[in-house]
Amino acid sequence: MFSNYSITKLQNYSMASLVSHPDEVKVVTRRFGLGATNIDRYLELDGYKAVQKALAMDADAIINEVKNSGLRGRGGAGFSTGMKWSFVPKQSAKPKYVLCNGDESEPGTCKDRLIFEHDPHAVIEGVMIGGLAVGARSGYIYIRGEYRYLSIIMQKAIRDAYAKGFLGKNIFGSGRDFDIYWHGGAGAYEVGEESALMESLEGKRGIPRIRPPFPAVVGLWGGPTVINNAETLASVPHIMLGGAEWYAKIGPPKNGGTRLFCLSGNVAKPGVYELPMGYSLKKMIYEVGGGIPNGRSLKAVVPGGSSTPCLTADEIDINMDFDSVAKAGSMLGSGGVVVLDDQQCIVKFALRTMKFYQHESCGWCIPCREGTDWLKKTLIRFHSGGGVRKDIDNMQYLSENMLGRTFCPLGDAAAMPTIAFVKKFRKEFEDHLDGRPCPYEKAGVVEEMEALSH
Amino acid sequence: MVPHYPTKRSALVPTLLYAQDEVGFLSDEVIAELARRLDLTELEVRNVISYYSMLTTKPRGKFNVQVCTNISCLVRGGEEILQHCAKKLGVGHKGTTPDGLFTLEEVECIGACSWAPAAQVNYDFHENLTTEKMDRVLDDCRTKATR
Repeated sequence: MFSNYSITKLQNYSMASLVSHPDEVKVVTRRFGLGATNIDRYLELDGYKAVQKALAMDADAIINEVKNSGLRGRGGAGFSTGMKWSFVPKQSAKPKYVLCNGDESEPGTCKDRLIFEHDPHAVIEGVMIGGLAVGARSGYIYIRGEYRYLSIIMQKAIRDAYAKGFLGKNIFGSGRDFDIYWHGGAGAYEVGEESALMESLEGKRGIPRIRPPFPAVVGLWGGPTVINNAETLASVPHIMLGGAEWYAKIGPPKNGGTRLFCLSGNVAKPGVYELPMGYSLKKMIYEVGGGIPNGRSLKAVVPGGSSTPCLTADEIDINMDFDSVAKAGSMLGSGGVVVLDDQQCIVKFALRTMKFYQHESCGWCIPCREGTDWLKKTLIRFHSGGGVRKDIDNMQYLSENMLGRTFCPLGDAAAMPTIAFVKKFRKEFEDHLDGRPCPYEKAGVVEEMEALSH
Repeated sequence: MVPHYPTKRSALVPTLLYAQDEVGFLSDEVIAELARRLDLTELEVRNVISYYSMLTTKPRGKFNVQVCTNISCLVRGGEEILQHCAKKLGVGHKGTTPDGLFTLEEVECIGACSWAPAAQVNYDFHENLTTEKMDRVLDDCRTKATR
């Protein structure tokens, strides 16, 4: 009755357009726009050379190469990829797995989409090399449900790799087997959290697991599993071919390589740009992004997706690498750089952000389920003129009490930005007090009070 | 179904979406059939359905118009696009037009941030939207449906 590949209700899809800037260092985006979804074209462009190199290496040598490259998780947490792989035990009674996290759903983030669209085989190759490093014989590529056209592209890429003997039994004539399977989601931000991702893949509600044990020891169906973001995995073949030293040197110490930055919001030239780690945020906004259009000025920027605390216009003189942004009190995160101009209402922005977290909270942990709901309801009341002064401090107090008290970081992802909005833009919150209308609400636009809900 | 999972249950989520694509929504019959095939109870299947926002147990319009109003789209006019659609179609969030053609939904980030404001109609992306462009998208859908 249901066949895996029969349904394509796609009428026409617009391929997401590509941009460029001279400061780009094209590693992961090297093959974009060159037809690399076609496997023969991919082979022409040095495809599947990295995995063959890895087949001739010891597992530990592969892990060391990735460790030394300084590659850190591109999904948001920035954990050392090589170190994560090294946590997988050498012996295991249960099968080991590599799981590609393609559930890209962090607001402001649209980069994995381009990797799936333009270089799906790089993801396949990355999964294979990860498998060789940790001793896994199979991998899953989980793509969010909304990315249907990309799932179709990936399913074809996998089929083509099997057809050429790059996947399946005796890959590349090596005597070793490796299988990769596509898996699709059905709409859930929380499922991008690695343990909830595993729950979803196992056919359940995407509710996170308690850690420890960590997935590298107890993962999919109880077996050791490494979970990596699609961009992280797509970087691996380039590292194997170019060498750890080359990759590490592109960025600052301990923050090697490049990353895809998704520039969006009130900038003249939004787009996905691959820039070296450590690139200046100020340059990114004003030179790469072309600055703020319509004669407006910068009010705030969200540096790495909605879960990261915002930075004010005075705070953008920082380098975009994991450690520098952490030092500045925020996070590099997912690479979603969202720019706000002086006509944006921070209170409304905070409200929309909280609506999102409340909607997406899986509901398992009380601080997150109740906290995001209270924040959303308070901000609705506050933004529409029903706020009292105490609300401002209460929002900060409640957010601080959510931190670190949940199974997964979604609670933190709602709390930390709220704390930043309230601390850094207190005056703007105060301007909404005493029944005053929002100073930024355009005349004639009726505030949509309907909360997002099922 | 291709058996490449150690448990039958693992196929549930993507299969639910494919089943919904074929039938239009997850009817009682579809749920019963899937439960049977995957050795699950209907309750277990319904438990999972209620978690995932793309899945629905109610019939929807032929074209599910999903307008993003999350942060990148918000600051580039996503709400205006949503309100324009609501006015043009005469329905609110999750409402279906009486002719059964359109359902309108305000959605979370769909991964089109650098091409905001954006929407999806079923699985097709429509980006760099203006209200005029959105009108053309909706009119095209109507034309296709009445062909």
